[in-house]
Amino acid sequence: MDCHLDIFFLEALLNGLLLAGLLALLALGLNLVFGVIDVVWICYAELVMVGMYGVHYAYKGGLPFIVAAALGIVLVAVAAGLLHVLVIRPVLETAPINQLLVTGGVLFFLQAAATMAFGVEFKNIGISLGSLNVLDMSFSRARILSFVVALVGMLALWLFLTRTYMGTAIRAIAQDRQIMPLMGVDSRRIYLVTSAIGGGLAGLAAGLMVLNYDIYPQIGLQFGPLIFMICVLGGLGSMIGGFVAAFVISQFIAVGSSCFHTEWGYAVAFLFFMIAIFFRPQGLFGAKS
Amino acid sequence: MLELSNVNAGYGAFQALFGLSMRVEAGEAVAVIGANGAGKTTLLRVISGLVPARGGEMTMEGRDLRLTPAHRIVEAGIAHVPESRRLFPRLSVEDNLRMGAFVPAARAKFAERLEYVYALFPRLKERRQQLAGTMSGGEQQMCAIGRALMSGPKLVLLDEPSMGLAPVIVAQVFDLVKRIRSEGYTVLIVEQNVAQVLKVADRAYLLEVGRIKASGRAGDLAASDEIRKAYMGL
Repeated sequence: MDCHLDIFFLEALLNGLLLAGLLALLALGLNLVFGVIDVVWICYAELVMVGMYGVHYAYKGGLPFIVAAALGIVLVAVAAGLLHVLVIRPVLETAPINQLLVTGGVLFFLQAAATMAFGVEFKNIGISLGSLNVLDMSFSRARILSFVVALVGMLALWLFLTRTYMGTAIRAIAQDRQIMPLMGVDSRRIYLVTSAIGGGLAGLAAGLMVLNYDIYPQIGLQFGPLIFMICVLGGLGSMIGGFVAAFVISQFIAVGSSCFHTEWGYAVAFLFFMIAIFFRPQGLFGAKS
Repeated sequence: MLELSNVNAGYGAFQALFGLSMRVEAGEAVAVIGANGAGKTTLLRVISGLVPARGGEMTMEGRDLRLTPAHRIVEAGIAHVPESRRLFPRLSVEDNLRMGAFVPAARAKFAERLEYVYALFPRLKERRQQLAGTMSGGEQQMCAIGRALMSGPKLVLLDEPSMGLAPVIVAQVFDLVKRIRSEGYTVLIVEQNVAQVLKVADRAYLLEVGRIKASGRAGDLAASDEIRKAYMGL
């Protein structure tokens, strides 16, 4: 163990903070969909993977990065809408396990399709923003950008949910599904819009992730479990809980990596998760059921 | 205004309404009374499309309600205040009222109607940022009625507005009903509190196990020995 309260420890803390922004954004899409539709998209990380390939090839095809990133948002939003209509909606009224299984099936399908279409090799988008050096600390500019954009994206969602009729209906439907028709609301439309927004958030995250990570068909397995852990720790469906949990978990990863070894960061985070969930099974911000 | 003719309805194998016919004229307050399980709530749910009618005819100002999907019934001018109020507990009072104005035609008049509802129920204005679930039962009933009025309805369906409320509050709730009545809304109200509701209504139907057993002027029903014995404990 090599843990000192020195400048490198501070650097680890700050890097954990920066990572948290992206993780919180990723958790938000999954939490929104679960909170509103009561469905867990097991293939959520694979939707992000599809978005990453989309942004990658759009950029390599000659589009400016900002346009490619915007296309990534649209691509995943449409994919998520299709996922809802074609896969979720037919089994929505059946046992919850069916929804898990069908989205699990989509996970394997997307991984296989990506392998066939794009090959197994790691792809790098080839944009380097360099790093920002403060004192003896070094921070990746891509990560700083991701943090800021993720926060702006979350703020935009919050404004949408609190300031618009559609956003209010999305919050309302999670509290009382049956009476929505009495408000003149077509629940099927709300579910579709919610799915597309959840996908849009995954697409936004995809555009940020290509700046930070190489892309390969199984990349979802690398961060998917982490996102699920954050959502459950926060209280599945609680958007604020997911936000807080992202910051908690990323600090465990950052500090764990700093004190032990990089690979141990995730293990420390999961250990904390297991202890926390033992004492608070409903999650930090989850309602007791 | 509202006309039901020979309507059947139920849940699965269970039939709740048998060949039910009734009408509500513009400007009337009509009560549906009956014991628990008589089908009163089902009747309102059939009118607002939550439970599909299995036979018969149902029109609102000539519009065929059976061909109208549940989420479009509001646009026909019908607002339903459901049993036990069913506010969105973790939305603010104002967001609950906003949900009442969800349909496009109502959105355009949101500010105007919000002012109207706040003038009608000043208590709601005081509590507009409060979460609806944290208010008292009487205040929640105000909010539920206000939410229904936000769509600008012609006909308001009230399902057991006095249920679960303390006796003092029950009197207040019937005052609310009188007030929306005097505002010119047509009211169809379902109640177990028979003595009280017959004072508010013009006409009433007595429902027993899914069938209409009696109907007439509210005063006449209130004077009937049979109803006084069976439903008013007199």
